[in-house]
Amino acid sequence: MSTHTEHTHEHADHGAGLYVKTLLALLVLTVITVGASYVDFGSGNVVIALFIASIKAILVALFFMHLKDDKPVNAIIAVAGFLFLGIFLMFDFIDFGTRDNLRPVNFNGMPVIVGASGASGAPGAAPAAPAAEPKKE
Amino acid sequence: MSSSTVVQDPHGHGAGHDPHQQHHFTDMEQQFDTSKIGMWLFLSTEILLFGGLFVGFGLMQARYPQEFIEAHEHLQRPLGALNTVVLLISSFTMVMGVLSAKRSDKSKLVIYLVLTILCACIFLGVKYFEYSHKFEEHLLPPRWYHAQPGDTVHNPDGTISHGYGTFFAFYFMMTGLHGIHIVVGIILLTWLVVRAQRGEFSKSYYTPVDLVGLYWHLVDMIWIYLFPLYYLIK
Repeated sequence: MSTHTEHTHEHADHGAGLYVKTLLALLVLTVITVGASYVDFGSGNVVIALFIASIKAILVALFFMHLKDDKPVNAIIAVAGFLFLGIFLMFDFIDFGTRDNLRPVNFNGMPVIVGASGASGAPGAAPAAPAAEPKKE
Repeated sequence: MSSSTVVQDPHGHGAGHDPHQQHHFTDMEQQFDTSKIGMWLFLSTEILLFGGLFVGFGLMQARYPQEFIEAHEHLQRPLGALNTVVLLISSFTMVMGVLSAKRSDKSKLVIYLVLTILCACIFLGVKYFEYSHKFEEHLLPPRWYHAQPGDTVHNPDGTISHGYGTFFAFYFMMTGLHGIHIVVGIILLTWLVVRAQRGEFSKSYYTPVDLVGLYWHLVDMIWIYLFPLYYLIK
């Protein structure tokens, strides 16, 4: 961590201070997100957790991965990855959110797996055949 | 493109250009930038690889909301938090390693790389502890899942809901894949230590250190999302 006397050519050299600050910010955010998880915000908990996680991810990308001072093309590639993931997520949840029944139309019940010790019933009592659970209810 | 700036001396490396420079690059900076773009392309495929699993996790959580909340109570939150801190520190030591390489500081580079490996091993140790606990309690994918005292949801036929096992199927799949990435990272870091010991890295050439660093930060970043989604959901 000695102070740098010579300039290391083109690549920016912020020194260790920036990295220490980034680490501290990440640790503080970790404490906050763990603390927030013990408080009940209803459905807000997931939003808060993901929001803090995204701030942490952005900090890592900007400072540890040097995207802030890097050539823009690398940031474009990184953002493109997340963008396509976002499209993937969005359409899946639009699909899922607009269904009355989350099961496929040809769903005939979960197959009963032989040997599975599924708890409440004795395993032997479960029919060995892949019996369909009654669909009508 | 014509690389007229490169001295045409195919047999005597080191004459006229950096010995690390390959002849199809104009100069060292172009070579470095090209490697970096390649690494970022790889990293964005990694984002999509894990992204698919995250989407699957999200959909199953929508399918089995109650089961997922009850199942996540079996994860040890302090251990997850500990592993988060360990990985964040390892990211810091990694980036300090890159900085040391950039400053041609060989001894510090080796120290920081070894510290990073150490953190990675602690992470895997904690993970081993968590996994063995789950194996003992039969907190496993549906086929091997045993009902726990707190489980309340049942299938229409009276058996315990498949949602519990589904949670652990995703848990083992995603943390397992992440763990494999950590193992690969340890191998890469060890390779860097060996090369650094030989004095192969300096401010004029440290591309492998930089790229492994990017990989390591991505592995950290994935855990940043895994931790709240598995350990902290409500």
